[in-house]
Amino acid sequence: MKKNAVVNQRMPKKQKQQRIKHLLFGSNVKTGIITQLFIYSLLIGIGFVYLYPMIHMGSYSFMTLEDLLNPLITWLPSQFYLENYETAYRVLNFSSTLGVTLYVTVLPALAQTLVASLIGYGFARFDLPFKRTLFGLVLATFVIPPQVLMIPRYVFFNDLGIIGNIQSFLLPAAFGQGLNSAIFILIFYQFFRMLPKSLEEAAYLDGAGYYKIFIRIAVPMAIPAFIISFLFSFVWYWNETTMAATFFGNALTTLPLELQRFNASYEQMNAQNLGGSNVNINEGISMAGTMLSILPLLVVYFITQRWFVEGVDRSGITGE
Amino acid sequence: MKVSLKTGKQLIGMSFILPWLLGFAVFTAYPLGYSMFLSFQQVRITPKGIVTDFVGFDNFSYAFTVDALFTQELLTYLEELFISVPIILVFSLIIGLLLNQNIKFRGLFRTIFFLPVIITSGPVIEELMAQGVTAIPSIEEYAIFTIILNNSESFFNSTIIYLMDNLIFILWFSGVQILIFLAALQKIDRQIYEAAKIDGASSWECFWKVTLPSLSPIIIINVIYTVVTYSIFALNPVVNHIQSNMFQINTGFGYASALSWIYFGVIALVLLIIVGLLTLRAKKKYS
Repeated sequence: MKKNAVVNQRMPKKQKQQRIKHLLFGSNVKTGIITQLFIYSLLIGIGFVYLYPMIHMGSYSFMTLEDLLNPLITWLPSQFYLENYETAYRVLNFSSTLGVTLYVTVLPALAQTLVASLIGYGFARFDLPFKRTLFGLVLATFVIPPQVLMIPRYVFFNDLGIIGNIQSFLLPAAFGQGLNSAIFILIFYQFFRMLPKSLEEAAYLDGAGYYKIFIRIAVPMAIPAFIISFLFSFVWYWNETTMAATFFGNALTTLPLELQRFNASYEQMNAQNLGGSNVNINEGISMAGTMLSILPLLVVYFITQRWFVEGVDRSGITGE
Repeated sequence: MKVSLKTGKQLIGMSFILPWLLGFAVFTAYPLGYSMFLSFQQVRITPKGIVTDFVGFDNFSYAFTVDALFTQELLTYLEELFISVPIILVFSLIIGLLLNQNIKFRGLFRTIFFLPVIITSGPVIEELMAQGVTAIPSIEEYAIFTIILNNSESFFNSTIIYLMDNLIFILWFSGVQILIFLAALQKIDRQIYEAAKIDGASSWECFWKVTLPSLSPIIIINVIYTVVTYSIFALNPVVNHIQSNMFQINTGFGYASALSWIYFGVIALVLLIIVGLLTLRAKKKYS
């Protein structure tokens, strides 16, 4: 108490106010408590609104019909109810659809990544004729809407007989014209440019050829870029439905496409299954279906999320 | 000797980008040309193959005169684009600035704000919209909005309704942009801020005089990214319209090609105008 009085005495009133103000609102050196509180509450609030559809999806997918109709139950289901998932699993034909989806996303993503690394390396390390023009064209392909290319590609693929075949995704990807290929070429270009040249030069003096240098030195150093490109490409191919619906027709079906027909498939299944209980589709079932269709992506994301975040840093579009 | 060495190296370099050159010719340049050709044709699919008749600009004029749905959808698309893009940009900048503060759990927040990028596909959004969860929860219950909606002209009205119904969905488009802003913010030299603070600038002034000018190239990149991803998203009505015309007997590939070129032209024009305005502004202000 006495000590406080001394401090009070020593400190003019104005300075004391200043000090409290700094503590609460922050100063040039430190952020204050109120400012911090404000930032956190803003982030948490926006984060909640952001996640609201996901939370809704998760909670509804576990609700029984009674829970859905009960106005008192909004968030927490009254019991742990898995039947929605069982139904949705059968409607989506989950395991086999998942297999097909992985097949038509992993392969093009791999092809796209490998080819983008070659092209990116070529632009980063070699002095090519018309290099600026060509690189400009690479970036320009990003702006071309896929709808313009879809019809001629459809006619072309139809002539080649690869409609309804994975080739219609794989071929453009393997030639650097896949989904958002320009971004991946840019990522590899930036990545290789940032690597020191000295190792490659030393290898060259030791008599290694350029292809060998690329495979033995550049590729191992660019592993992060490979992971980033593969993951982004995987996710984008997975979520692509316009092209998939047009090029695959009814021959191949992915989880997002099955989700699109979810209601129709459900009714069809119900009609065939005459003896069973004839329940109309409800929100719980369709939310469980949506949840199932994004579940593999969520698993991938939670294992690899740091690569996604770093990917944007490493792409170098923010300027180095 | 030196020359041949150089051309040798160039040849090897060319071999690295050869896949792209071939792919560009076969899968991009040729389809672009063919699509342009088709847009001036009436295309019929016969058992013998595709038959085309030259019709001049008929497809284009049909789009603007007869096909009322297309013009209407195009206008709605433009209107929504001009509402959504600024919102996405400002929102992602704010989140970027917040995350750039010295806060705990930054990784967790980044993970949350990037999550929609992973799961956003047309059908998922459709399912969520059907549930009504992309609207701000129970906003209609607030009296003030009812008053605003009852007492205003129609454009403003429709804008507000669009925003209320789709806000979360619009915000979901900003995952990548937030990370781009955050990465750029972290690369701004701390010393500039320190110097400005010593000269007595407040945080508010620092934002307008230091942060924003250094971000201007990034803003342009984000605008382009936002416009492109927003325009090609599977739920876009114009995209759906083009797709549905592809397999219609009376319109077909020719008309759909013409539509896609009009759409491409509109997107390119929008990009040109926005990027042009932004670069002009940046040059005027900060040079």
